[in-house]
Amino acid sequence: MSAIAFPAPDNTIIVRRDEIIAGLARLVEPECLVTGDDEMRPFETDALTAYRRMPLAVVLPRSTQEVSAVLRYCHDAGVNVIPRGAGTSLAGGAIPQEDAVVIGISKLNKVLDFNIANRTITVEAGITNLAVSAAVAPEGFFYAPDPSSQLACTIGGNIGMNSGGAHCLKYGVTSNNVLGVKVVLIDGTIIDLGGDAMDVPGLNLLGLMIGSEGQLGIVTEAILRIIPTAEGARPVLFGFDSSEDAGACVAAIIAAGIVPVAMEFMDKPAIEICEAFAKAGYPLDVEAMLIIEVEGSEAEIDASLARIVAIARQHGVRVVKESKSAIETAQIWKGRKSAFGATGRVADYICMDGTIPTGQLPYVLKRMSEIVAGYGLRVANVFHAGDGNLHPLILFNANDPTEQAKAESAGNDILKLCVEVGGCLTGEHGVGIEKRDLMGVQFNAADLNQQLRVRAAFDADWRLNPAKVFPLEGRTS
Amino acid sequence: MQTRFSPEQLADSHTRESEKILRSCVHCGFCTATCPTYLLEGDERDSPRGRIYLIKDMLENDKPANTEVVTHIDRCLSCLSCMTTCPSGVHYMHLVDHARAHIEKTYKRPWHDRLIRSMLAAILPYPNRFRLALTLGRLGRPFAPLLAALPGGDRLKAMLSLIPKGGLPQTSSDEPAAIQSSRQVAILGGCAQSVLDPEINAATNRLLARFGIGVVFSPGEGCCGALVHHMGQEDNALGFARRNIDAWWPLIENGLDAIIITASGCGTTIKDYGFMLRDDPSYAQKASRVSALSKDITEYLDTLDLPAAEPKSMVVAYHSACSMQHGQQIKDQPKRLLKNAGFTVRDVPEGHICCGSAGTYNILQPDFATRLRERKIKNIMRTTPDIIAAGNIGCMTQIAQGTDIPILHTALLLDWAYGGPEPTAIRSLS
Ligand SMILES: Cc1cc2nc3c(=O)[nH]c(=O)nc-3n(C[C@H](O)[C@H](O)[C@H](O)COP(=O)(O)OP(=O)(O)OC[C@H]3O[C@@H](n4cnc5c(N)ncnc54)[C@H](O)[C@@H]3O)c2cc1C
Ligand code: SF4
Ligand code: SF4
Ligand code: SF4
Repeated sequence: MSAIAFPAPDNTIIVRRDEIIAGLARLVEPECLVTGDDEMRPFETDALTAYRRMPLAVVLPRSTQEVSAVLRYCHDAGVNVIPRGAGTSLAGGAIPQEDAVVIGISKLNKVLDFNIANRTITVEAGITNLAVSAAVAPEGFFYAPDPSSQLACTIGGNIGMNSGGAHCLKYGVTSNNVLGVKVVLIDGTIIDLGGDAMDVPGLNLLGLMIGSEGQLGIVTEAILRIIPTAEGARPVLFGFDSSEDAGACVAAIIAAGIVPVAMEFMDKPAIEICEAFAKAGYPLDVEAMLIIEVEGSEAEIDASLARIVAIARQHGVRVVKESKSAIETAQIWKGRKSAFGATGRVADYICMDGTIPTGQLPYVLKRMSEIVAGYGLRVANVFHAGDGNLHPLILFNANDPTEQAKAESAGNDILKLCVEVGGCLTGEHGVGIEKRDLMGVQFNAADLNQQLRVRAAFDADWRLNPAKVFPLEGRTS
Repeated sequence: MQTRFSPEQLADSHTRESEKILRSCVHCGFCTATCPTYLLEGDERDSPRGRIYLIKDMLENDKPANTEVVTHIDRCLSCLSCMTTCPSGVHYMHLVDHARAHIEKTYKRPWHDRLIRSMLAAILPYPNRFRLALTLGRLGRPFAPLLAALPGGDRLKAMLSLIPKGGLPQTSSDEPAAIQSSRQVAILGGCAQSVLDPEINAATNRLLARFGIGVVFSPGEGCCGALVHHMGQEDNALGFARRNIDAWWPLIENGLDAIIITASGCGTTIKDYGFMLRDDPSYAQKASRVSALSKDITEYLDTLDLPAAEPKSMVVAYHSACSMQHGQQIKDQPKRLLKNAGFTVRDVPEGHICCGSAGTYNILQPDFATRLRERKIKNIMRTTPDIIAAGNIGCMTQIAQGTDIPILHTALLLDWAYGGPEPTAIRSLS
């Protein structure tokens, strides 16, 4: 499959492969340099497996200094670079190209400092998201942004994509929870942005770095804000007879000014898939389900739930099921967080990621099923309804090229629909290669050009993750 | 994931099965985070997703295995933690078994590697040979530093260090007379365990008899075949499986409640006999029946509703063997039984990660195995236990090398709690 184009590989780099490998070999231990065809294979893609490219070499540095030495070398030798975390990007953000060296930060996975008084933790960027929460849990804290992939994805990747998750409705996404980063620039310079305070003087370059998809530098350390775990939290399952009712209920809850910690939507196909894996007690006889979680003291939980249930009743909720134990709560979230993976049991999928104003939910849900049905495919919907972040999973057969093409077209139509109703192309998965060519739908030429100029200030030669984010045409570096 | 197999390739039953498995993997990467070798290395080649990818490439292109691929597949513990984690139900075990058989067929290992593997395969599954080897090995221990200098010598050294320090335990003689009961079970005698710790099956036997379960042994059975299976010696493994099925079949026809297994490593394999022999018309059905009847001792006891026993002031760190929690998905039963039997049971932090034993892994991959053992022992110590309990002899031998805290099979503790003899290893504690 190659509907999305990659730039033609730069042969002047590829012919120098032996020399480049020899250069890299001087900088890192042998086990940190991967060059064999077979051994590089596992790095040829991320979670957007329809697209694959073999890299020139893979380097897995063990320190910021090594990252710096390798970047400096690539810069001086004129070699492209693909930063990689855990390779869970759904937008193809970590997919290599033949003329590029992959720099993977997965060996940089230590906690460096935990400051309870300041409520911060300093980590190496290759640590997984969940490992951060696990490290601070014994002291009663957690790291709030919780992508469903949190078990595997790295803080570096989260920063690259400005990732969000179910519980970001209340606590904000990555950009609201990162206080500082150590970044290695393309020429090897190591800089610190931000710090351990909420605000720092000068230009907010930290804000620029978060969500920059590996195009401005490689993050090797991060200072993260951690939050005390709430006294209690309780999810409730709401079952509806139609997706539209569920969508309207979400819009009404938001309109009433209530902010639950999480508000997640699943339609019938998604409920069935997740229940089969997690056995979480999801209602199987409904068309749509919301998982709404509130937290606080028992009394606070009861009070907010009462208000939420009342709104749900006005919107025709048929099943209301509160979690009764910590185990049940864990199962409910396990089902939700495994949704994409569990979908693999029934079909291949592409996972779209767009954002819409929550008021448009009922309309968009209806239009999305029509669009996908128009291509003769099926869709399973599971998403962060509270912030209008849609994740339709378009189901198809990856061994059938025509189905794949249809799935991609359906996906593009859905994203355009998001923009049409006043929303946005991406929610939390980033642009990567997947949505690169749709950037023109979202931004006009002047907008895009200004972004390109900022990008060029960091990486004038377009070495860092060059195939991603910005449409290939119209690049003026 | 997309796959590229030709119809000719798919005519082969193994390839067909592997293609199905590969199709169900969505490359989400969840499994990497719970893989012991990825935790150690942070290198995707040493992760489940990476291995799946290496295997995919090898099988799709009918490539003979090469040193690079073999290195990373060999480092896999077959702990199956990735299967517990995978939301998509990817059957990694069958895929890696296929890959190992492919490696065995298409790759020539260096001589010292071949030598040690054939030695292990020729000795470990046979109790008499194993006993002899241990005795000789104890004599050889002083030569360990010399051996370490040979090619692959780190493995020989690892092997010697696994030999129990004291003499070998005597075969228990006080087996209770067979009782007649409407509920009969067979106990797998197995191989290595019967030599290293015969008390495990003796205790199991006493325990079952005490609760009115008749126990039968069948003379013809032996090693389950896991050991050679994990080395990719498929035919050899199927031979062991058929022999066990033949040995149990008459008992099954007479009515058998269960085949009780006291080493979870064996349990995982015996429960897979049905799959392993699916293409053998004369054994397929019998094999599925045997697999269905196989139960870990704790899995079986948990169905018996045992009475609560006198509380004891002893903290037990329960180490869940990978073959127990991932291979057989037996997680709560052993802990429930121990609690009910009066012990204070503590979960080991990071309990889903392997101790590094993994069959012959601690001999073949001493470096990774030692790092995993140290990590495991650190986590066990955090629970400040009096005793460590486990349901797999491999883990017990491995963990015992790194700590003085007594480590006992769950069945021994249960037997003691319900009136059996106090295990010698903990006499000084109570
Ligand atoms: C099943 C599944 C569920 C998911 N659920 C969610 C979800 O709920 N919310 C969500 O937001 N995302 C989700 N994702 C998407 C993905 O997990 C996130 O985008 C994640 O942040 C990627 O992290 P990673 O470590 O895998 O990074 P990678 O995929 O390796 O890289 C992602 C991007 O960041 C760049 N990058 C990586 N490391 C660095 C670094 N150190 N410095 C600079 N740039 C870097 C890469 O070049 C790439 O562009 C999901 C993915 C899967 C497969
Ligand atoms: S968790 Fe399962 S589906 Fe995801 S990469 Fe691992 S094996 Fe594949
Ligand atoms: S079986 Fe264990 S060691 Fe092997 S890939 Fe799976 S998790 Fe890793
Ligand atoms: S676990 Fe199975 S293969 Fe290993 S020694 Fe015991 S019977 Fe033999």
